[in-house]
Amino acid sequence: MPPRTLFEKVWDSHVVVAPEGQSALLYIDLHLVHEVTSPQAFDGLRANGRRLRQPLRTVATVDHNIPTTPRGLPITDPIALKQIEALQKNCREFGVPLFDMDSAEQGIVHVIGPELGITLPGMTIVCGDSHTSTHGAFGSLAFGIGTSEVEHVLATQCLPQKKPKTMQIHVNGKLAEGVTAKDLALGIIGRIGSDGATGYVIEYAGAAVRALSMEARMTLCNMSIEAGARAGLIAPDETTFAYVSGRRFAPKGKDWDGAVAHWRTLASDPGAEFDRVIEIDAASLAPFVTWGTNPGMVVPVDARIPELKSFAQEADRRAAEQALAYMGLAPGTPIEAIAVDRVFIGSCTNSRIEDLRAAARVAKGQHVNPKVRAMVVPGSQAIKRAAEQEGLHRIFLDAGFEWRESGCSMCLGMNPDILQPGERCASTSNRNFEGRQGRGGRTHLVSPMMAAAAAIAGHFTDIRNWRFH
Amino acid sequence: MQPFRKHTGVVVPLDKVNVDTDQIIPKQFLKRIERTGFGEFLFYDWRFSSDGAKLADFVLHAPRYAKASILVAGKNFGCGSSREHAVWALADFGFQVVIAPSFGDIFANNSLKNGLLTVRLNEERVAEIMRRSKELENYQLTVDLETLRVEDERGFTAPFAMDDFSRHCLLNGLDDIGLTLQHEAEIAAYEKKHPVRAEMKAIAMIL
Repeated sequence: MPPRTLFEKVWDSHVVVAPEGQSALLYIDLHLVHEVTSPQAFDGLRANGRRLRQPLRTVATVDHNIPTTPRGLPITDPIALKQIEALQKNCREFGVPLFDMDSAEQGIVHVIGPELGITLPGMTIVCGDSHTSTHGAFGSLAFGIGTSEVEHVLATQCLPQKKPKTMQIHVNGKLAEGVTAKDLALGIIGRIGSDGATGYVIEYAGAAVRALSMEARMTLCNMSIEAGARAGLIAPDETTFAYVSGRRFAPKGKDWDGAVAHWRTLASDPGAEFDRVIEIDAASLAPFVTWGTNPGMVVPVDARIPELKSFAQEADRRAAEQALAYMGLAPGTPIEAIAVDRVFIGSCTNSRIEDLRAAARVAKGQHVNPKVRAMVVPGSQAIKRAAEQEGLHRIFLDAGFEWRESGCSMCLGMNPDILQPGERCASTSNRNFEGRQGRGGRTHLVSPMMAAAAAIAGHFTDIRNWRFH
Repeated sequence: MQPFRKHTGVVVPLDKVNVDTDQIIPKQFLKRIERTGFGEFLFYDWRFSSDGAKLADFVLHAPRYAKASILVAGKNFGCGSSREHAVWALADFGFQVVIAPSFGDIFANNSLKNGLLTVRLNEERVAEIMRRSKELENYQLTVDLETLRVEDERGFTAPFAMDDFSRHCLLNGLDDIGLTLQHEAEIAAYEKKHPVRAEMKAIAMIL
């Protein structure tokens, strides 16, 4: 057999049948479900008299539109409540395990899968959510799907899929102090563009990727979709196995040994070919801040907003002009001169325990600027408990940050956590689209450390010069 | 799903690149649990002010495009969130075809499942359609999925590509869940070789 990539190995082992002239039918090991993109899919099953094929390969939680105020308070948005109740009813009717509002395991779907040991290397994982790419950090083929495909997987546990092209992003060297996986992701998207990997599955490789923790790998893979790639993978290694080992639903005993032996075979073979290879020098990267309305509109924190004449293509120049008008910013403005009104630390990109530790380290002994409202939203109840055990919540609260319950929150503002028109936010989330965090809201994507520093300084500031207390 | 064979309709130009699905259907409208009724919220923040008043200068509000059923836009249309609501909104509003140099992958997949045809043409051809649809009153295109061609009555003609299977499904309005279920024997055989692991069985017991 010719040398194969990680992606090809996972793909090949999940092809149920590849009928002549049709897309391959791929078996789906794990289907994650949440309240927003599933109700119409369950209705489809009912309308066609179809059963849920594999309830034990289906796991649900509520995350997108639940409030992050203390649990037990009523949900005041009647339409959100209806959607949550629809998921509860669907899970009961079809026998789907649900980590509900009051569950000790509730959290953002892409946070709890890995945390509970449900996400494992070498799997195929789908969810009606584009940030499903997060799970690729484990060497799984994980991608977002629409509601029709959710229905397809509920009914058949399979998906017909066209085989994507492969791209290797090889990150050499070492990230500097203060430069995180988020900055690596933003640096990559800044270089290849927000459609630079459309049609591809990315494999991240190289010394700088190997050196990342699992939390950091999840941040990196999470942002793959912001470059247009449906999935981004990293070969499983000792870091992966150490993270998965002992997790609640991970394999145990003899099963564990067998699983690890299999996972060791998944890495891309020497000589395996990719359709495209991109080399990145980790040492050349700085902390990044987006200035526009897609994640590819990004510069280092010590740079200025680009001049319009720097855009070669007319369409890109016009897009930049429109973005700056929306953002209320002028070309040539130094990033560090931009003041913020709000700070959001959270989302499936950056709400894990390491992210909170990094932000807390910045916040320790300091105080949020009086003009800024800052909130920290842990990715899951388990992370919230862990952070509280370590005393991180105390650091945040003492510094004037809000400490909230877990959920997607202000990443997409489906719950009451939104920006007001014109408000400017330093956000650890993944999308700076127009109106994403609230109509007229202005989002700048940054790492957790950079967000915490902006909260305290009242404007963007280079974390590499931060005086830690 | 309704079959798609050939469609002739008025073209409306949305001259923007990277139109993400958050713009196509903003999040506050994702809480509905039905598939229908999303058309009135299409491009909401561009069509309406925050107090709900119509923004007359948005292109979809121009009377000359009132009957448009073909949308032409810049590259990377439908990037971002996987929300199929974006496709439901476009279709419910009356669009049958979107033409652009490139599309977000998930959006393009979702479109297929709903009989909304996404046509990829190169930048020059998209720019030409954009120009004609701005300059000419009642500018129409015919999109033919059988011959894989886009043309107008003024000499513009361009081929487009689509994989055979997707085309077959669209032409025949096939329910692809039904197609997959025709492989029941293969799926069952795969499942026999790859049973649900013991720990996952425990999830149901714990809950």
